[in-house]
Amino acid sequence: MHSFSYRANALLTFSVTILALMCAMTSLSDNLNSPSPSSQIQILNINWFQKQPHGNDEVSLTMNITADLRSLFTWNTKQVFVFVAAEYETPKNSLNQVSLWDAIIPTKEHANFWVQTANKYRLVDQGSNLRGKEFNLTLHWHVMPKTGKMFADKIVMSGYRLPEDYR
Amino acid sequence: MDWQGQKLAEQLMQILLLVFAVVAFTAGYLMGSFQTMIQIYAGGVVLTTLITVPNWPWFNRHPLQWLDPSEAEKHPKPQVQPVSSKKKSAKK
Repeated sequence: MHSFSYRANALLTFSVTILALMCAMTSLSDNLNSPSPSSQIQILNINWFQKQPHGNDEVSLTMNITADLRSLFTWNTKQVFVFVAAEYETPKNSLNQVSLWDAIIPTKEHANFWVQTANKYRLVDQGSNLRGKEFNLTLHWHVMPKTGKMFADKIVMSGYRLPEDYR
Repeated sequence: MDWQGQKLAEQLMQILLLVFAVVAFTAGYLMGSFQTMIQIYAGGVVLTTLITVPNWPWFNRHPLQWLDPSEAEKHPKPQVQPVSSKKKSAKK
């Protein structure tokens, strides 16, 4: 503490240490929040359903996605990334996950949303297993914090079925 | 800055920073605003820097009392005894 630069150095290191501690506590405070998000997805239409020339099934569908993710937001939330994945089982793979739609929710005000959309990314199977296939639509989300731990969770919605024939 | 001043500066720095951190975290958490927390803490760090880093007069209230030269001469420094040079001669 005898010189200007020594004091400046001591202050800098101590203040940054405390800042790190504050960030850690902020991240820990996220655990006090117990979110209760809800979501519903309705399939409005199968736009087309066909076999690609090289043998893979491809579907285009229109969905109605409703979700209330406001309870995911805390004071330490920067944004929330959500995506909808079609999940189904085939003889070759015990779990196929195909992302159909995604979005970034920047604020709590945008977290109670409703969107009607065709699949943003193509739903293509590895092979030709989609006819009459029962599948789940899963809403996954990743909560990106301003500092600290990232949280991820999902809501599985089951009971969807693709048509028996190509159209 | 004298000895007492150095102690005071260090304690002031630590206490001020901790107090600002606690205030900033509490305010940020209660208002639900991360930005508020960072702003209050940043303000606290700047204020603490201004208070404890420059050599302010209140850190120099206890100057060291040096002995007068005449007084010092009456108590001569103990002289170092020349060490017996066994090792040196062995080396040579």
